Amino acid sequence: MTASAVMPPALVLILGGLILPLVSERLRWVVLLVLPLCTLYLIWQVPDGVSLTAAFLDHELALVKGDTLSRLFATVFAVMAFGGALFSLNQTRTVELAAAICYAGGAIGVVFAGDLLTVFLFWELMAIASTIIVWSAGETARGAGLRYAAIHFLGGVLLMTGIAGEYATTGSLAFERITPDSLSRWLILAGFLLNAGAWPLASWLPDAYPESSWSGMVFLSAFTTKTAVYVLLRGFPGTELLIYVGLFMVFYGIVYAILENDMRRILAYSIVNQVGFMVTGIGIGTEMALNGAAAHAFTHIIYKALLLMSAGSVLFVTGKRKCTELGGLFRTMPITTICGVVGALSISSFPLTSGFVSKSMISEAAGMRQLAWVWYLLAAASAGVFLHAGIKFPWFVFFQKDSGLRPNDPPWNMRAAMILLSVLCIGIGVLPGPLYAMLPYKVDFVPYTASHVVFYLQLLLFSGLAFFAMLGWLKRTMTITIDVDWFYRKPGRALAIAIGRVADDLWRGLTAIGARTAQRTLGLIEQALGASGILARTWPTGTMVFWATMMLAAYLVLSYLRS
Amino acid sequence: MKDHWLARASTIRPLWIVFAVVLAATVLMDLVIAHHPYFGIDGTFGFGAWFGFVSCIAMVVFAKALGTVLKRPDTYYDS
Repeated sequence: MTASAVMPPALVLILGGLILPLVSERLRWVVLLVLPLCTLYLIWQVPDGVSLTAAFLDHELALVKGDTLSRLFATVFAVMAFGGALFSLNQTRTVELAAAICYAGGAIGVVFAGDLLTVFLFWELMAIASTIIVWSAGETARGAGLRYAAIHFLGGVLLMTGIAGEYATTGSLAFERITPDSLSRWLILAGFLLNAGAWPLASWLPDAYPESSWSGMVFLSAFTTKTAVYVLLRGFPGTELLIYVGLFMVFYGIVYAILENDMRRILAYSIVNQVGFMVTGIGIGTEMALNGAAAHAFTHIIYKALLLMSAGSVLFVTGKRKCTELGGLFRTMPITTICGVVGALSISSFPLTSGFVSKSMISEAAGMRQLAWVWYLLAAASAGVFLHAGIKFPWFVFFQKDSGLRPNDPPWNMRAAMILLSVLCIGIGVLPGPLYAMLPYKVDFVPYTASHVVFYLQLLLFSGLAFFAMLGWLKRTMTITIDVDWFYRKPGRALAIAIGRVADDLWRGLTAIGARTAQRTLGLIEQALGASGILARTWPTGTMVFWATMMLAAYLVLSYLRS
Repeated sequence: MKDHWLARASTIRPLWIVFAVVLAATVLMDLVIAHHPYFGIDGTFGFGAWFGFVSCIAMVVFAKALGTVLKRPDTYYDS
C-alpha cells in the first residue's frame, strides 16, 4: 500500500493552476513559485516502477510510473515551470498563468504515465492548456490559436485511433518500446511526431507560438515538443525513419529561420531545428545517441526558454517583434543582451555552454555508428544553428543598426529569471557531470577533448565569418515565407468559404421550399377550417334533413341485410 | 553626444582584427592537435573551418533561392 501513498507530482501543478484564479493578487507568487519547487521535490520521491494506479472501466491505469528517463524530463519541466513563473510574475492575465501551470503539470503527467491511455489523458490536457495560453494574448492571437487547437486535436485523434487499434489487436495498453509494424502503431508514431513539430505538420509551431504574449511563448517553447521527444525516446528508439525525419526538421528550421524577420518566429523555427537534432538521435538509437537526445532536450529547454525570455523582455518593453524595427538595444538593455547572448551561444553548442555537452553526443553517436552522411549533415547543421540563431537573433535584435529605441531592462523578476537560466546554461556547460549522472544510460563520453573543442570552435567561428560575409544577403525585409500552413490558410480557407457558400445556398433553397410548403399547407387548412372554409359554412336546414334521412335509410338497408 | 563605445568605428576595427587572429589560431591548432576522423574528409586540415564556412554559404544561398519563390509581404495573411 505504500505505492498508493505517492502524491502524483503532476497533480500539484494541475490543481495549483486551477486554484490560481481564486488566489488573491498578493499571494499569487506563492502558488507560482512554491508549487514548482514542491513538484520538484515530489519528482525525486517517485520510485522506480509503478507507484500509483487507478481503475478505469476494466483497466488498471498506471498513473505514476518512474524511471531515470521520466525523472530527467520531469526535473527539467519543474525547473522550467519555476523559471517561467518567476519571469511571468508581472503578467496581468491570470488565465494565462493558470493555463501555464496546468500545462507544466500535464507535461509532467505524460512523462510519468505508465500506459498509453494515461499518456493520452495528459497529452490532451496539454493541448487545451496551451491553446488557452495562445488565446490569452488577445484578439490578435485568435486565429492562430484556433489553427493551433485544430492541428493538435487532429494529432489527438491520430493518437487515440492508434491507441484504440493497438488495444483491439494486442489487448494491452502498456507504453513500452513500440515497433512500427501495424497501422495503429504508425498512427501512434504520427500523433507523437505531430507534437514534435515534424514536417509536414510543423508550421503550427511558428504560426501559433509567436502570437502568444511575451510570457506565454516561454512556456510554450518548453513542454509540447519536449514531451513529444520523451514519448519518442520511450516508444520508438532506433526507428530508422526518425533519422530522416529529424534531419529534415533540422534543415527546414535553419532555412526558414534565415528568411524570417520576426524575432520570435526565428526562435520558433529554431525550436523545430533543435528538436530535429533530438529526433535524429532517437533514430540513431544507440545508448550514446539516446543519452544525447535526452540530454539535449534537457539543455534545450533551458537555453530556449532563456532566448525567449530575452525576446519576451524586448517585446515587453518595446512592444516590437520585427528585426527591421529593432536593433541597438544593447546600449540600454545590458542584462537582457548578455543573457540573450548566453542563450545564443548555448543553442550554438559553444564550448563551456550547455549545448556543447549535449549536442556533441548525438554527432559522436552518428560517427561511432559509421553513419557518414548523417554525421556530415549534423556538422553542417551545427554551423547553421550558429548562423540562424546564435548570431542572427542577438545581432538583429540587440546590435546591427541603431533603431533609436532606448528601453530599459525589464523588472527585477524577469532579470532574475534570465540570470538563473544563464547560470544553468553555463553551469551545465562547465560541469556536465550532474546532468550526465541523470541520463538513462551510463555515459561513456568526454566532451572536452582538445580535438572536439577545436573542431567546434572552427565550425562555429567560421560560420560567424560566413554570417558577416553574407550580411548583405541576410538583410531583413518586411516579409514572411509561406510554409505548409499556407495550404489550410489560403486554398483551405477558400475551399471552406466555397463549401460554406454552397451549404448556405442549399440551406436557403431548402428553407425556401419548406416555407413554401408550410405556407401551402396552411392555405389548405385555412380553406377547410378557416372562417370561410368548407366546415365553417352555414348549411340550409334542408341539407341536414336530407342527410338525416339518408342515414336512416342506410340503417334500414343494413338491418334488412343483417336479418 | 558620443555613441556607446561598442558601436564606435574605433572599436569595431580592432574587434575585426581580434576576430581574424582567433580564426587563424583555431585553424593553426590543427597542426598540433591530433583529430580522430571517422570517415576521411573530416580529417583534412582545418576541416571544421572550411566545412562550416562552405555549408553556411550553401544554406544562405539555398534559403535565398527558396525565398524568391516563397516570400510574401508580412501582411499576406491579414487580408
